[in-house]
Amino acid sequence: MTMQLTETVRLSSSEAKARAHAETARRNLRTEPRAVRIAIISVAILFLSVFVVLPLVVVFAQAFSKGVLAYLAALSEPEALSAIRLTLLVAVISVGLNLIFGLVAAWAIAKFEFPGKTFLITLIDLPFSVSPVISGLVFVLLFGAQGYFGSWLREHDIQILFAVPGIALATTFVTFPFVARALIPLMQEQGTQEEEAAISLGASGLQTFFRVTLPNIKWGVLYGVLLCNARAMGEFGAVSVVSGHIRGETNTMPLLVEILYNEYQFVAAFAIASLLAMLALITLIAKTVLERHLDEGHDIRDH
Amino acid sequence: MSAIVGRRRTLPGFGLTMGLTLSWLSIIILIPLAGLFLKSLELSPEQFWNILTSRRTLNALRVSFGLAFAAACVNLVMGSIIVWALVRYRFPGRRLFDAIVDVPFALPTAVAGVALTSLFAEKGWLGAPLAAAGIKVAFTPVGIFVAMIFIGIPFVVRTVQPVLQDLDPEIEEAAGSLGASRWQTIIRVILPSLAPALLTGLALAFARAVGEYGSVIFIAGNLPNVSEIAPLLIVIRLSEFRYADATAIATVMLVVSFVIIFAVNRLQRWAQNRVPAH
Amino acid sequence: MTIEVKNLVKKFGSFAALDGVDLKVDNGELVALLGPSGSGKTTLLRIIAGLDWPDSGEVTFNGADALAQGARERHVGFVFQHYALFRHMTVFENVAFGLRVQPRAVRKDEVAIRARVKELLDLVQLDWLADRYPSQLSGGQRQRIALARALAIEPRILLLDEPFGALDAKVRKELRKWLRSLHHEINVTSIFVTHDQEEALEVANRVVVMDKGKIEQIGSPDDVYDNPATAFVYGFIGESIVLPVEVANGAVSLGDRPLALAADGLSPGASKLFVRRHDMLVGPPGTGAFEGAVQHVRTFGPVQRAEVALFGGETIEIDAPRDRELRAGDRVGLEPRRYRIFAG
Repeated sequence: MTMQLTETVRLSSSEAKARAHAETARRNLRTEPRAVRIAIISVAILFLSVFVVLPLVVVFAQAFSKGVLAYLAALSEPEALSAIRLTLLVAVISVGLNLIFGLVAAWAIAKFEFPGKTFLITLIDLPFSVSPVISGLVFVLLFGAQGYFGSWLREHDIQILFAVPGIALATTFVTFPFVARALIPLMQEQGTQEEEAAISLGASGLQTFFRVTLPNIKWGVLYGVLLCNARAMGEFGAVSVVSGHIRGETNTMPLLVEILYNEYQFVAAFAIASLLAMLALITLIAKTVLERHLDEGHDIRDH
Repeated sequence: MSAIVGRRRTLPGFGLTMGLTLSWLSIIILIPLAGLFLKSLELSPEQFWNILTSRRTLNALRVSFGLAFAAACVNLVMGSIIVWALVRYRFPGRRLFDAIVDVPFALPTAVAGVALTSLFAEKGWLGAPLAAAGIKVAFTPVGIFVAMIFIGIPFVVRTVQPVLQDLDPEIEEAAGSLGASRWQTIIRVILPSLAPALLTGLALAFARAVGEYGSVIFIAGNLPNVSEIAPLLIVIRLSEFRYADATAIATVMLVVSFVIIFAVNRLQRWAQNRVPAH
Repeated sequence: MTIEVKNLVKKFGSFAALDGVDLKVDNGELVALLGPSGSGKTTLLRIIAGLDWPDSGEVTFNGADALAQGARERHVGFVFQHYALFRHMTVFENVAFGLRVQPRAVRKDEVAIRARVKELLDLVQLDWLADRYPSQLSGGQRQRIALARALAIEPRILLLDEPFGALDAKVRKELRKWLRSLHHEINVTSIFVTHDQEEALEVANRVVVMDKGKIEQIGSPDDVYDNPATAFVYGFIGESIVLPVEVANGAVSLGDRPLALAADGLSPGASKLFVRRHDMLVGPPGTGAFEGAVQHVRTFGPVQRAEVALFGGETIEIDAPRDRELRAGDRVGLEPRRYRIFAG
C-alpha cells in the first residue's frame, strides 16, 4: 500500500518535471519564442505577397479583364505576331552565340590554370553590373550616325542600329555571362581527371569534349541556356535604346508592351506581358527542376 | 600563353579556346565599353563638369542613387527577415515562397513595370486604398522606390541565404552555453557572421536599382528634376542626339558600378579570409 | 559538483541514442566517455550541457534538477569538437564573450574582464595570440582558446566533445598531457567524449565505456583494460584473442579438444573466450590449457609476436617476452593468465 502511494507521488512529480523540461526545451538555443517566429514568417509572407505575387497576379487579371476573346484577339494582331517572331529570332541568335562562347570560355577557364583568371571572370561578369540603358548606349556610340563606325556603315549601306543586328548585339551583350557563369564553377569542381583519362586512352580533344565533358555538364548547360533565354526574351532597356521602335519591324515583345501600354491599350499590353510572365514562371519551374538535377550530380561526386 | 606559365598542359585546346574567349569578349564587351570611355575622353573636363552639374542631371543622379540606396536598405532588412523565415522555420508554402523570391530576377522588367504601375495607380488594387490614406505612389518618387524594392529583393535573399544555411549550429550553442541570451546571440554572433553577405547583398541590390530602367520608368511619372531617373535621362539625351550628355552620365554610372564590383570582390575575399581553414 | 544521470533515454526517430543510462560523476573527477561513433556518448554530453533534452530520465547537479534549466543557466563550460570559435572576433574577444554577455547586474567592469581574459590566456599559454583571429591559429591553438573561452564563465562543470578529434597525432599527444595537468590545476568536474581508447586511458581518472546507447563498463583505466566486463569492452579496448568455445556439462572445449579451464557459472552453449595477447603465457608442451605449434615469429622491440596453430583448430597471435626465444615449428603449451568467457 505504502509502496503504491510513493509510486503515484513519484509519477506525478516526474510528470511535473516533464512539463518543466518541455518548457525549457522550448527555450531551445537555436530558435525564437513562438510569437516572434509567427511575426517573422508573417512579415516575410506579407512582403513577398505584396511586392512579388500581386504584380504577377495583376498581369493576368488585366490581360483577361475583357475576357478570353479579347485576350486572344490582342495576341493575334499582326503587330503582336511580328513582335513574337522578332523576340524568338533575337533569342535564338543571342542564346546560340552565348552558348558557344560559354562552352569555349568555360573550357579555357575551368580546365587550365593561368594568371589573371579571376580578372577574366570579372570581365565576363561585367554586363551584369552595367545598366541596360548603358548596354544599349555603347552600341549607339559605335554604330550610330555620329558613332565610330557610323559613316563607314553608311557608305557600305549596312544597317546595324534600329535593325535586327543591333537588337541581337545588345541582347548578346546583356546575356553574355549567363552560360559561362553556369558552367565555370561546375567544370572547375569536376576537375580534369576524366578528360585526362580520355586523352590518355587516345581520344582527340573534340572527342573528349563531346563524349566526356559535355555529358557531365549537360544540366549546367541547360541551366545557363534557360536563364540566358529568359533574359534575352525579356530584355527591355538595352533593346529599347538600339531598336528605334519601328512598329512591326524592330519591336520585340517587351517594347510592344511599352508602346501598347502608353497608348492605353491595356488588354493588349497585358496580353503580351502575360506571355512574358508565363515565360518567367516556366523558367523558374524549370530552374528549380534543373537545380535538383545539379545538386544530385553534386552528391554523386561527393560520396 | 603556355610558355608564360611554363607548365605543360595535358588537355588540348587551351590556346584555341583562350584565343576565342578573349576575341569574343573584346568584340562584344570590351570594345563597346571602351568606346564609351573614349567618347567621354573627347569631352573637355569643363564640358564634362557642366553636363554633370546641370540641374537636371544632378537631380536625376540624386533620384537614382538616393532612392536606390533607400530601396537597398529596405531590401537589406526585409531580405534578412525573409531569409530567416525561409532558412530557420518550417511553415506551409515555404518552398513556394522560396521559389517566388526569384520572380523579380525572371520577370522581364517591362512586365514588372506595367504590373507595378497598374497595381499602385490611383485606381489599382493597392493604389486605391493608399490614395484613400493620402499616399500617392504611382507617378511619384515613391513609385520609383517601390519598383527598386521589387527589383532588388532577390539579391539580398540569394546572397545571404546560403551563408545562413551553412552557419555552424555549434557557434549558437557555444554562445548559449556561455550564457548569452537569444538576442545577444543574434546581435553579437549571428549578425556579424552574416555581415559580409549582408553588405554584398546590399551592394548588389543597390547596383541593380541604380541602373534599373524597365521596371521603373512606367511607375516613375518621369517628371524632370523630380521623378526622372538617370538611365531615363540618358535615353532622352540620346533621342535628342545630345550624345555628349548621354556619354557623360553613362560614364559616371559605369564608374560607380565598377567601384561596387570592386568593393563586392573585396568583401568576398574578406569573408573568405575569416573562414577558419579546416 | 556532483553530476548524476538516471535512466536517461533519448530517441532520434526509432534510433535509441541513449537507452537507459545511469552515471554518477563525483566532484573534481575527470571522466572519459569512450565508445564508437553512434554509441550515444556525445548525446549524453549534450544533454548534460543542456544542448539537447532527453525523452525521459533525470540529470541532477549536486542533487538539483538540471533539466529544469536551459543551457544558459547551467553554467557548464562546453568545448565543441570543431571549437565553434566566433570567427569575426579576436581571440581576446572570444574568451571575453561569456563575461560580456552576463546580465548587467553581475557583469564585471572592463578592467576586470581584461584581467580575467589575460589570466585565462596565460593559463592556456596563448596570451601572445590575443589579437589574432581564429582563422590565423593552428588547430591545437584553437582548441586551447575554445577551452579558455569555456573556462571564462567559471563553469561548474567542464564538458569536452572529442577535444582532440580534429588534431594531428603529435599535437594530440601534447594536448593530452596538458589537459590532465590543467585539470589538476583547476580541479573542476570534467567529462570528455572520445572514441580513442588510448586518449581515454591516458587522460581520465575514470572511463565510461558506451555502446549502442548503453553503458558497458565504468571503471578506472587499469580496470577497464585489465578486467573488461563485457565482450564489447574486450573487443573495443586493447587487442584480444577471441576463440569460439563450447560450454557443456561444466567443461569448456575448443573444437573437439577439452580445455582445462574452470566453467563455473557459465551457461552452456556456444561461447566466446577473450584473452589478451600478452596474457597467454608460454610453457613447454603439455602445460597450460592450450597446446599448439608455432608457425611464425616476428619480434617487436621487447616482445616477440608468435602465430600459433592451436590443436583443436584456430590460429592465434600471442605476444611473449623475449626471454624465451620461440622458433617456427616449436610445440608450446599456452596458459591464459586472465580471460573471460561470454555466451554468444
